[in-house]
Amino acid sequence: MIPPVTPSQTAVTPSQTVGPFLHIVLPWPDGPDVVPAGTPGAFVVSGTVRDGNGDPVADGMVETWQADPDGRFDHPDDPRGQAGPSLPGFRGFGRCPTDGAGRFWVRTVKPGALPSPDGGMQAPHLDVSVFARGLLHRLVTRVYFDDEPRANAADPVLGSVDPAARPTLIATGAPDGYRFDIRLQGDGETVFFAL
Amino acid sequence: MPPETAAPGPARTGLALPHYVDDGAVHPPLHSPGYRSTVRRAPNRPLVLLPQGLTEVTGPVLGEGLVRPGDGDLTRQHDGEPVGQRIVVSGQVRDSDGRAVPGALVEVWQANAAGRYRHDVDNWPAPLDPNFTGLGRVVTDPHGGYRFVTVRPGAYPWKNHQNAWRPAHIHFSLFGRAFTQRLVTQMYFPDDPLFDADPIFTSVTDPAARQRLVSRFDWDTTEPEWALGYVFDLVLRGRDATPFEAEEDE
Repeated sequence: MIPPVTPSQTAVTPSQTVGPFLHIVLPWPDGPDVVPAGTPGAFVVSGTVRDGNGDPVADGMVETWQADPDGRFDHPDDPRGQAGPSLPGFRGFGRCPTDGAGRFWVRTVKPGALPSPDGGMQAPHLDVSVFARGLLHRLVTRVYFDDEPRANAADPVLGSVDPAARPTLIATGAPDGYRFDIRLQGDGETVFFAL
Repeated sequence: MPPETAAPGPARTGLALPHYVDDGAVHPPLHSPGYRSTVRRAPNRPLVLLPQGLTEVTGPVLGEGLVRPGDGDLTRQHDGEPVGQRIVVSGQVRDSDGRAVPGALVEVWQANAAGRYRHDVDNWPAPLDPNFTGLGRVVTDPHGGYRFVTVRPGAYPWKNHQNAWRPAHIHFSLFGRAFTQRLVTQMYFPDDPLFDADPIFTSVTDPAARQRLVSRFDWDTTEPEWALGYVFDLVLRGRDATPFEAEEDE
């Protein structure tokens, strides 16, 4: 039985590192499936996580969150109205631990463009969280797509990023979908966000 | 600092979005060199401000299909019971604006009573327990409450520095309602003598915030002749009051 709770302190609980043993519980059998296998139009976004030495991060985890292909969310805080899933089995969320070579992947479909809170439109994107030993707080980044040049050029978030670093946020075409490498530190360091 | 551009409900698009408070100062600095693994993994460039939009104020609703009956009792996952001090860990998940977070996935993992993880990369000479995996999952109830039954994890050595030991802890992973609220943290036990020498615990710079990682012993959830109770509430970043409400107050 869960005891009754009395809300008391409301200061935020600090983050701590996920540590090296996350594999005991966090990987799910269908973790990388933002959409089920066999979904029409599904592709893979994959890449390698590397540290400041360029060495693969073999004990990390990548999570993604995104709109559906119509640019909608099955969530009560979407002010346009909570949309049911437009694709059977669309979860919007993916999770993949990195393997021994630092690689991760998710199976997904391209999200629709979204109205931006400060006006204009945001290009199709995935929000990404990176967790690993040595990261005391998750890192947040975004995946954009290289075959959306016009939408990307108009995207206010990309526009706020140093042009020289923008390519770190843009996934490039690969045989099975897109490639998106994550460099935690150093040469070609990925742009990470505070939100 | 909260961005001007992320204020809720700008008129240009008519999008009235919640805005989650800035909690950046609560969390440990990414560069915390006392914890050696941060040195080559924490980014060097400053973080870029991401205004909270639709993708950030929404999030996955998870739990169904992921949590099986019994996943909340880490002592009943094998043929026999694990060795160790049986404990009940319970608490509430809420927002910093005081609202309970119901229906949210909580995942936990931990070492066994001897301080050994059932994991390939943990090979220090403490025994594995054939009756303990150290994995738990629950979904919060309508009041944000959660409860696990487990054994108290042991402390364990690591190679961060000479004679380094991690204080006993349980790892927690939480989703809340929105991408902004995602939290991974660790729960500690009261009065651990290892706290001051642990660079992960002390990476939280504010001593008051650090104490929020420490559970408290609790008689009310201690079960007679069965298990000791520890309470650990988790507070996720909550929402700002909206400007519309502020105007109504005037």
